[in-house]
Amino acid sequence: MGRTLAEKVWEQHVVRRAEGEPDLLYIDLHLIHEVTSPQAFDGLRMAGRPVRRPELTIATEDHNVPTVLGPIEDPVSRTQVETLRKNCAEFGIRLHPMGDAGQGVVHIIGPQFGLTQPGMTIVCGDSHTSTHGAFGAIAFGIGTSEVEHVLATQTLPAYRPKTMAVEVSGELPPGVTAKDLILAIIAKIGTGGGQGHIVEYRGEAIRGLSMEGRMTVCNMSIEAGARAGLIAPDETTFAYLKGRPHAPTGAAWDAAVEYWRSLTTDEDAVFDTVVEIDASTLTPFVTWGTNPGQGAPLGESVPNPEDTSDPAAARRALEYMGLTAGTPLRDIEVDTVFMGSCTNGRLEDLRAAAEVLRGRRVVTRTLVVPGSMLVKLQAEQEGLHEVFKAAGAEWREAGCSMCLGMNPDTLAPGERSASTSNRNFEGRQGRGGRTHLVSPQVAAATAVTGRLTAPADLDQEV
Amino acid sequence: MEAFTTHTGRAVPLRRSNVDTDQIIPAVWLKQVSRTGFDRGLFSAWREDPGFVLNDPARQGASILVAGPDFGTGSSREHAVWALQQYGFRVVIAARFGDIFRNNSTKMGLLPVVLPAATVEAIQTATEADPSLEVTVDLVERQVRWAGETAAFEIDDYTRWRLMEGLDDIGLTLRHADEVTEYENGRQPWLPTTV
Repeated sequence: MGRTLAEKVWEQHVVRRAEGEPDLLYIDLHLIHEVTSPQAFDGLRMAGRPVRRPELTIATEDHNVPTVLGPIEDPVSRTQVETLRKNCAEFGIRLHPMGDAGQGVVHIIGPQFGLTQPGMTIVCGDSHTSTHGAFGAIAFGIGTSEVEHVLATQTLPAYRPKTMAVEVSGELPPGVTAKDLILAIIAKIGTGGGQGHIVEYRGEAIRGLSMEGRMTVCNMSIEAGARAGLIAPDETTFAYLKGRPHAPTGAAWDAAVEYWRSLTTDEDAVFDTVVEIDASTLTPFVTWGTNPGQGAPLGESVPNPEDTSDPAAARRALEYMGLTAGTPLRDIEVDTVFMGSCTNGRLEDLRAAAEVLRGRRVVTRTLVVPGSMLVKLQAEQEGLHEVFKAAGAEWREAGCSMCLGMNPDTLAPGERSASTSNRNFEGRQGRGGRTHLVSPQVAAATAVTGRLTAPADLDQEV
Repeated sequence: MEAFTTHTGRAVPLRRSNVDTDQIIPAVWLKQVSRTGFDRGLFSAWREDPGFVLNDPARQGASILVAGPDFGTGSSREHAVWALQQYGFRVVIAARFGDIFRNNSTKMGLLPVVLPAATVEAIQTATEADPSLEVTVDLVERQVRWAGETAAFEIDDYTRWRLMEGLDDIGLTLRHADEVTEYENGRQPWLPTTV
């Protein structure tokens, strides 16, 4: 019987397999940041253990960093960032600190440097590590104990997850994005639907996505509960990688591409679970509740909790969100728009948002936070920052920012946002804050009207 | 980590589904660089509501959390496990767990027990009727016992053994350091390094 892509990559990385034990899996790349690593380094020090492969490890400062120029004012945040600097210096790990041209959100910089490549195993103490699966890598989030384990051994003991195929047939209609697609997939399979699985996204609509769109899709695999999400590498992948600083060159490039071409699911391979979705039926998709599975097409209304799969959770969500069943989603007024994060903080996302804002003015507080310093630089070279500023939006420095509100970028209690990030959990963007997850295009159009809005709605209003 | 064989204690019923790790411990608590003091952050937003179950005097000292399905979804923060343990929980029972949370729990010795949703609800109902009800979670026998009822749960042999012995994963892996070196010698030559 043939093998799935996930099985091929997994098998390639099994260091040791013994009856009755989890596989010992080799880790090709370990990404670290300031929040989930300090206790892991402490553990190494206490046990007198070195980092086994510092040259397979890279660190950045992203979760706590302010997105306005200047020092970190919160002393606790500052201590955490300084602790990362000390740990990286002590253990010999490459670090991109605040202000460095290579700094950015951990899941933006890996692909940007060409460190994320097909067929690799990649981990990070962050659940959105699934982003890197867009290249045909097995990439998943781990906790601090496992961060310490990878630092010490460059391996992880793990049972191979089950496999799930998400077959996306048809083409995405104009104006419908990778973000709308993944929100629709999560609403379909639920926040627990992917548990215990590696999801492979397949089909015509997936093949048609850019690498940036594929990263958006894989990024939110965790919101469907999946261990990881991946997409088979193809010409789009190779074209994205070629020439990046850490991509192979010369004969090594040719050998790598030859191997990467073998990283597809065999025709006779069998997935444990198969989910099908028709991309051509999709429209812009937004969330109304407090988990990413509580979403609906923008053209619909806030649902009646009794009509949902979990009425108790939906009732709680509507109460928290201050929403009434039956309200058209387009009538929901927002106070703040956030554009950025590892989900939608890449250049393509900023271009799409700028296109909507060009020649228009925002009526909400609007934060535009590039995913990395390089994204910021590239956007500025294209003049996107001028478009955002002319529209009245704030053009910020790179970081995780309002995706999780660990830095000063937060919502006030009761404040409502349209956000291109990945989680609408209670309090995620600040205590009492209310979050609607949207695409960059919907975020931009919403900033113009102050209500949840698709770009096509703006054209009709003119 | 602390070994786990069997534990008897009172329970806390948490009748909510999709309790994500942002609720278990909000991000503001994640700025600490130590491993201690997270008990104060446990469910800190929900605990501001005097009616929240953890604020019920009858639940003080309880050590088994009995939660709705999809407990521990979302963020990979192991701080969620630390917060539960430092508050005094030894076990979480739910019908489904977020994968990373469950993994983190077994690394720290917090036992995640998966039972069918109806069984979880039966335990919740029993402890709601009698907050002094004692529940026994027996990892040796792979059973949960309460009020004369018994429910079997599944856990793989390896994880069970590791929990019962309180073993450090890193120490176990380092026994196989030679195999890791051998694997490294055969890695594909084009794979990137960060230097």
